[in-house]
Amino acid sequence: MESDVLIVGAGIVGCACARECALAGLRVCIVEDSVTGGGATAAGMGHIVVMDDSPAQFELTRYSRSLWQQLLPKLPRSAEYETRGTLWVAADEEEMVEVRAKHSAYGAGGVRTETLNEAEVAVEEPKLRAGLAGALLVPDDGVIYPPAAADWFLERALAIGATIVRGKAISANKGELRLADGTKLRGERIVLATGTDCSLLPSLPIKKRKGHLLITDRYPGFLHHQLVELGYLKSAHKLESDSVAFNIQPRRTGQLLIGSSRQYGDEDSKSDAAILTQMLERAQGYMPELAQVSGLRVWTGFRAATPDKLPLIGPAEGLTDDRTIWLAAGFEGLGITNAPAAARLLVDQMLGRAPEIDAAPYLPQRMTTQAALHA
Amino acid sequence: MKHADVIVVGAGPAGIAAATAAARHGRSVLLVDDNPGAGGQIWRGGIENFDKAGEKRDDPAKTKALKGLVSSGATLLSGFRVFDAPGPSELRAIGETSEGTEVVTLRYDRLILATGARERFLPFPGWTLPGVFGAGGLQALVKGGFAVEGKRVVVAGSGPLLLAVAAHLHEYKASIACIAEQATTSQLAPFASSLLSYPSKVWQGISYRATLYKTPYRTGSWPISAMPNEATGLLKSVQLTNGNKTWQEPCDMLACGFHLVPNTELASLLNCKLQVGFVAVDEQQRTSVENVYCAGEPTGIAGLDAALIQGEIAGLVSAGQSASHLHSRNLAERRFGARLEAAFRLRPELRLLPALETIVCRCEDVTYEDLAARSSWTDAKLQTRCGMGPCQGRICGPATQTLFGWTPKSVRPPLFPVPVSAFCVHDSQQTVSEEIA
Amino acid sequence: MPESITVLVNGMPVQMQAGSIVSAALLKAGEPCRLSVTAEPRTALCGMGICFECRATVNGVRHRRTCQMICCDGMVVESDR
Repeated sequence: MESDVLIVGAGIVGCACARECALAGLRVCIVEDSVTGGGATAAGMGHIVVMDDSPAQFELTRYSRSLWQQLLPKLPRSAEYETRGTLWVAADEEEMVEVRAKHSAYGAGGVRTETLNEAEVAVEEPKLRAGLAGALLVPDDGVIYPPAAADWFLERALAIGATIVRGKAISANKGELRLADGTKLRGERIVLATGTDCSLLPSLPIKKRKGHLLITDRYPGFLHHQLVELGYLKSAHKLESDSVAFNIQPRRTGQLLIGSSRQYGDEDSKSDAAILTQMLERAQGYMPELAQVSGLRVWTGFRAATPDKLPLIGPAEGLTDDRTIWLAAGFEGLGITNAPAAARLLVDQMLGRAPEIDAAPYLPQRMTTQAALHA
Repeated sequence: MKHADVIVVGAGPAGIAAATAAARHGRSVLLVDDNPGAGGQIWRGGIENFDKAGEKRDDPAKTKALKGLVSSGATLLSGFRVFDAPGPSELRAIGETSEGTEVVTLRYDRLILATGARERFLPFPGWTLPGVFGAGGLQALVKGGFAVEGKRVVVAGSGPLLLAVAAHLHEYKASIACIAEQATTSQLAPFASSLLSYPSKVWQGISYRATLYKTPYRTGSWPISAMPNEATGLLKSVQLTNGNKTWQEPCDMLACGFHLVPNTELASLLNCKLQVGFVAVDEQQRTSVENVYCAGEPTGIAGLDAALIQGEIAGLVSAGQSASHLHSRNLAERRFGARLEAAFRLRPELRLLPALETIVCRCEDVTYEDLAARSSWTDAKLQTRCGMGPCQGRICGPATQTLFGWTPKSVRPPLFPVPVSAFCVHDSQQTVSEEIA
Repeated sequence: MPESITVLVNGMPVQMQAGSIVSAALLKAGEPCRLSVTAEPRTALCGMGICFECRATVNGVRHRRTCQMICCDGMVVESDR
């Protein structure tokens, strides 16, 4: 039996795509080798945040966040969705200038924000160190527990006719997906939602960017919002060198998730003591009381990064002649945020539906155009 | 930073024997332990126990071992727990001193792991009530000053530990209602008869029975629920069964543990090979990792004498000495351990004890119903948060293994929760380097 | 005669023998060490620093394993909530 869509990878993006496809009446089968949401979905922080490092990213995250907000009443308790808001923290006057610029830009884009001065920041987050210049509050940003959300997307998809096959896909070719155990699945389209695994399409311009996270024991009331330092964007932009940037998120449990780090070229999943030290010292610099907080676990994960920091959503034109291959990949640190939008844009393109935002900046075929431009 | 020729992790009987043997043969030895004093679990120190004549009671084997340790020249570092192995031949430990928290890097030429074992807890309705403790757990609390005089205690679960705990509680003037051992008499019989090959153990068994001669020892019996007093919420009674009849045993406390599981986390972190969940060692106590030895319960639950002899062997070999004269005794103790394992094997009914709403993961309050729907340890961890709490799966891991057959995945640092600041150690800060003498 | 010290458990003075562990003081006072995620009262279970059920706030610091701590005179112990 042939599917309309075969999806490889049951991470949050793959699962969101499966649900969106099933809702659109497409016959969809999703293939997963391990546990649902066991890759970057489980390793990441779970923030739902509007990010303005480029106009296209701003549009995508704004749109996706609004989709998350629509999903909110349906999500199970286990997904722990909370509208905590993001506080972009400015350490000095130079960063405060950026805060005001962001405030205008977000406002122009229809996203509600507030600027806070030093005193107001201290009231919002008493555990932040004194002497900060201020912050930008984005009150409608959210926090979620991604594996539970991925599981819910999948469960919804299965309830309306999607199927799941547990196994490892070893080749995707002209509508045929071959699994390691010899199973062959046929589909009109094959969507690769496999995170950093490029084995099914080696021409994918995706590089791994390793990150570290630490989770603490429960400290209710320690932290109210998700905090990000303004240097975060500079860190995310660095293409070659290692960097850390302060980022902390509260869980509904009262636990704190502390990040962030970015490293290229390190494929080892073992945690890097030097980078971890840097990351945690930076965090203690912003919130000194973290020093005594009990840390339960440290882990690493791999973000999937593209050369222009935008994801690949659509037919894999330009990366392969195979017209059956589609992509929902390369989300870097915004896979959780952008999962619903990616799913929607993907299905819009499959059905020839007009998308709610311009899908062009995320089309995989731009990779060849860009390459040609730089040649 | 401290360096020693031999570092021993764990100051229970195996660790004490290892440290003593290595130090006696000229090596510099550092013995590291989490507890306030040496002794581990079986020789745990604490509030002194005075017998009826007001004389201090002491275990002669323990006294001898501790004296030997002190005179050997080994250095004891108490109150420090190892949480990471950041580099080759390097451990990181954290402890509380009078000045606050201290993180220390420990470097070794040879490492002996004597990390002991912990109790296995299995969930059943009411097991999280105040008044329900582990068996070894209650013993430790009593040694730590918890008064049980005049209290009525049910001791249940499995293992020779139950007898030792009951006898010990009896000495502290608790009233033991009964001891419920899940293994059947016929399962225990080969073990009991094999005790004849091990005269010292027979003596231990007899002395327990002498203390407890009035206490019913019910084999083939296990707890099915702990019942609260509706008004106070405290434990009121325990419901026990032998598969045929069921009865209520009114009590103030339940001391319940189902034998022991080895503490293999540090060994796993160091990439030592495990065999059926125990650290694989050769007859010289060498693990699969060069210069790393393991002695005692982590190699197989086999009791005090096995721990002492394995510790001595590891200590001697790590000091470049021959231990062949101990080889046959070591083999004998291994055989004893095998019989021990067979005698106290868990019966299948124990898998069916939890009700749907019974909590299995105590750190995160994950119920049996939540877990039964999941497919593996990893899936359960991600979807229910089971195993994501501070115990890092040490309690719920063995429980879910018995209930569902799941095996937890690989171990990552930190081995124990540590303050965030403990992760931030700079090599340049380690300028104060201490060579252990 | 063993020395006696006093610790405060949730504001109540409790007399303990010197050398006792903090878990024993909480048990003597009849107070739980902590409340679980679903608000169940919990006290020490394993007695050897592994289960973390005995966590309480000692002298203002949260999540201390009370079965591994020796009581000192004047120590302030509060249940973790």
